[in-house]
Amino acid sequence: MTPLVSMRDIDKSFPGVHALKSVQFEVLPGEVHALMGENGAGKSTLMKILSGVYSKDAGVIELDGKSVNVTSPRQAQELGIGIIHQELSLMRDLNAAQNIFIGREPRSAGNFVIDEKRLNADTAKLFAAMHLKLDPKVQVESLTIAKQQMVEIAKALSHKSRVLIMDEPTAALNDAEINELFTIIRQLKAEGVGIVYISHKMDELKRIADRVTVMRDGEYVGTVPAADTPVEKIISMMVGRAISDEPPTIPDLKDAEVLLEVKNLNRGREVQDVSFSVKKGEILGFAGLMGAGRTEVARVIFGADSMQSGEIFVHGKKVSIKQPRDAVRAGIGYLSEDRKQFGLATGMDVAANIVMASVERFISPLGVLKNKEIRDTAREYIKQLTIRTPSERQETRFLSGGNQQKVVVAKWLLRDCDVLIFDEPTRGIDVGAKSEIYKLLNKLAEQGRAIIVISSELPEILRLSHRIAVMCEGRLTGILPGGDTPQEEIMRLATQRASATTTPANGRAA
Amino acid sequence: MSAAISNPSPAAALWATGAQKILAFAGLIFLVIGFSLASPNFMQTSNIISILQAASVNGVLAVAATLVIITGGIDLSVGALMTFCAVICGVLLTYMGLPLPIGVAGAILAGIASGLCSGTFVAKLKVPPFIATLGMMLILRGLSLVISGTRPIYFNDTPGFTEIATGSIVRNFLPFLPIPNGVLILFAVAGITAYILGRTILGRYAYALGSNEEALRLSGVNADRWKIGIYAMAGGICGIAGVLIASRLNSAQPALGMGYELDAIAAVVIGGTSLSGGRGTILGTLIGALIMAVLINGLRILSVAQEWQTVVTGSIIILAVYIDILRRQRAAAA
Ligand SMILES: Nc1ncnc2c1ncn2[C@@H]1O[C@H](COP(=O)(O)OP(=O)(O)OP(=O)(O)O)[C@@H](O)[C@H]1O
Ligand SMILES: [Mg+2]
Repeated sequence: MTPLVSMRDIDKSFPGVHALKSVQFEVLPGEVHALMGENGAGKSTLMKILSGVYSKDAGVIELDGKSVNVTSPRQAQELGIGIIHQELSLMRDLNAAQNIFIGREPRSAGNFVIDEKRLNADTAKLFAAMHLKLDPKVQVESLTIAKQQMVEIAKALSHKSRVLIMDEPTAALNDAEINELFTIIRQLKAEGVGIVYISHKMDELKRIADRVTVMRDGEYVGTVPAADTPVEKIISMMVGRAISDEPPTIPDLKDAEVLLEVKNLNRGREVQDVSFSVKKGEILGFAGLMGAGRTEVARVIFGADSMQSGEIFVHGKKVSIKQPRDAVRAGIGYLSEDRKQFGLATGMDVAANIVMASVERFISPLGVLKNKEIRDTAREYIKQLTIRTPSERQETRFLSGGNQQKVVVAKWLLRDCDVLIFDEPTRGIDVGAKSEIYKLLNKLAEQGRAIIVISSELPEILRLSHRIAVMCEGRLTGILPGGDTPQEEIMRLATQRASATTTPANGRAA
Repeated sequence: MSAAISNPSPAAALWATGAQKILAFAGLIFLVIGFSLASPNFMQTSNIISILQAASVNGVLAVAATLVIITGGIDLSVGALMTFCAVICGVLLTYMGLPLPIGVAGAILAGIASGLCSGTFVAKLKVPPFIATLGMMLILRGLSLVISGTRPIYFNDTPGFTEIATGSIVRNFLPFLPIPNGVLILFAVAGITAYILGRTILGRYAYALGSNEEALRLSGVNADRWKIGIYAMAGGICGIAGVLIASRLNSAQPALGMGYELDAIAAVVIGGTSLSGGRGTILGTLIGALIMAVLINGLRILSVAQEWQTVVTGSIIILAVYIDILRRQRAAAA
C-alpha cells in the first residue's frame, strides 16, 4: 500500500533550537498513527510543517507517492491535509458556526454575501453527526475549554480531509467526550482517512492507535505497532530511561495543623455548600467530572470569582478574600487550568515569567531589578523541572506547549505559598516530566505546605492524593482516604446526582 | 459529550449582546429628555436638524474608524484624510472645472487610495496601526496644504455642490421635516456598512482579524489582503466625509480636520466598540455620534462655556467605557 503521506529527512531549525533532525514519518490510508515524545521533542513542529504553517529547511514530503511542496495552510487544506492545533485557535468573538466555516463560508449574491442560514444548518448537521449538543450560534467565548476543543474538532472534520492531524485533542476532554471522539476517529478510519494522533496519555494509545512513532530531542527514534508493544517499551523509547512510579506513602497527619479550612462555600449552582480542610503536609485531590465545580471552588478560594457566602480560614484565622491579591497575601497560590490565558505573559521571556509573582524579592534597595539573581533563579527551575528552552531569555511563546506549562508551575513554586492549588497541573505534560512534577508536589507537601490538586485523570488523583474529595454538580459528595481506594468508589460519588431529574451542571468546566 | 453540554442562559446572552446598544440608546434618550426639560429651545425642529447636521460628518468618520477598530487596529488619519479628500474634490471641480460627479468620485477614490496605503503598511510591512496611521495623518495634512497652496478652495463655480450636504430632499415630501441630505448620507453609509459587517465575508473577516488574527491565518484565509480591504473601505468612507464637509462649508479648508479623528474614536468607544478589536457595531457608533452631538449642542444651549463642554465630553467617554466594563463583568459572572 502506498502511504498517504510520507515525510523523509525533515530538518528544521529555529533561532537557537535545532527542532527537527532528519525526521521521518508516514501515514497509511485508514491508519491511526500516534506520534509520541516528550515535551519539546518536535511533534507539533513536524505537523506544522506538514500542514503548511512552517516551511521545512530540508527533506521531502510525499502525498500518494508524489512529492509536494506545502507552503501555506490554505494549500495544505487543498491537498486534503487538516489539522487540529495544540493551542486552541478559535476566534472568541465569533460564534461556533462562523468559526467552523471561516474562510469557506457558503455564499450567495455575487459571492460576497454570507448565507448565514446555510452556515448554521451545515454546522447543526455537523454537530448532530458528532452527537454534540451545541447551538451553532453560541458565542465561542462563552464555552468551556472542552467545548471549544469540540468546536475545533468539528472544524477539522468539516474539511473532509484525507489526512487529519490531531495535536493533543483530548487534553481538555472528559471521558464521555473522548469516547465520542474515538467513535468519530474509527468512522474516519473506515472511510480511509489517515490520522496522526498526538497525545501524552498512554492509555489512549492502546485504544486507538495502529502504529506509534516515537521522537526524542528532535530525532526519529522508531516506529512500532501499538497493539503488541508494551507501554514501558514506548516510554523508554521516549525518555531514554525507565520511569518508576510508586504509589503515595500517606503520612500520619493526626496532629498536623489545619492550614486551610473552607466552610459552607456557595456560589450559584456551581459551588453549593462546600466545606473541607487541608492539613499541613497534606495533598488533597479533587476528583470529579468536567463541570463538577472543582475549578469554580478553586477560583472562589483564590478570589478570582466572588463567593456568595462562606468562610475561609488560613492557619486557623478567618481571612477575607475579595480578589487574588488577598489570597496571595494570605499565602494561597493558584495554578489555573487555562495557562495560556491566565498564567503566562507569552511575549516575555522564561525568566520574567518565573519571577512574575515574586518580583518584589528581586528588587535592590533602590528599586532596580536584580537581573542576575532573576536569571540564576530561573535557571535553577529550568533545571529542576527540565524545561526545554535554549536559555532563560527565550520568549515563552516559542516554547512547546508542555514546556510553557512547566514555566507556570515554576512561577508558583518560586512564590512559595503555604497553600497551593494546582488545577490540572500535568495537562499536556509528558510522562517523564509528569513524574518529576509528582515528586515535586510530594516534596512540597513534605516541606509543610498544604496542596490541593484538581485533576480529571483518576490515575493521577490516586497516585498523588492523601485524601480524595469528590465533587458532583457543585456539591462535595464525599471525601475518601487516599492510597488504595477503588476507582469505582470515586466514580460512584462523582456521578451522585442530586436527583435523577436535574439537568447537567452548567458553566465553567472544573 | 451529550451529557455535559448546555448553553449559557438566554438572558445572559441577551444582556451580553444587546445591552450595550440599549444602554447607549437609553443614555441618548436620557440626554434628550434632560436637555428639553432644561431648555425649551432644545426640542425645536431647527435645533434637532442642526444636531443631526453636526452629527453627520463626525458620524461618517466614526463609521470609518469603527471598521478599522474592529480589526484590532486604530485609524488616526480619518480627519486628515477627510480634509485631503475635500481638497482633491476642490482641485477637480474648481481648479480643473470637471463635472460634479467626477469631483465626488475623485474624492472617494483618493480616500480609497490612502486607505490602501495605510492598510499595506499595517498588513504587509507590519507597522503598528497607531504608527502607520499617525504617519499617514501627518503626510495627508501636509499634502492638503501643498496641493491647495495653503488657501481654501471655494466651490462657487459648481452649482448644486452645497446641496449635497445642506439641501433637503426630504423637504419635498415632508415640508415640516427638512432633514438635510448630509444626514441621509450618514444613515446610508451607516446602513451599507452595517450590512457589509454583518452579512458579507469582508465583515466576517474584519471581526475575525480583531478576534484572533493568527487563527484566521491558520484557517487558510489571506488575512493581509482582507485587512488592506478594510482600511481601503474606511478610506473611501472618509472620502465621503470629505465631500460632506466641503459641501457644508462650500469650500475645502486645507487646515481643517485636526481633532476630528479623536471625536470619531470617541463616538466609536461610546457606542460600545472594543478598542481591542473583535467586537463592535455600526448602530452603536451611530448612537455614540448622536450622543456627542446632543451633548455639545445641549451644553451650548445652556450656555455652558466651550472649555467646560470639552471637560464634560471627556468625562462622558470615560463613564461610557466604564459602564461597558461593568456590564461585561456582570455578563461573565452570569
Ligand atoms: N516558533 C518557534 N521559535 C523558536 N523555537 C520553537 C518554535 N516552535 C517550536 N520551537 C522549539 O522547537 C522544539 C520543538 O517544539 P514542539 O512544539 O514541536 O514540541 P512538542 O513535541 O510538540 O512538545 P509538547 O508535547 O510540549 O507539545 C522546542 O524546543 C521548542 O521550544
Ligand atoms: Mg506540541
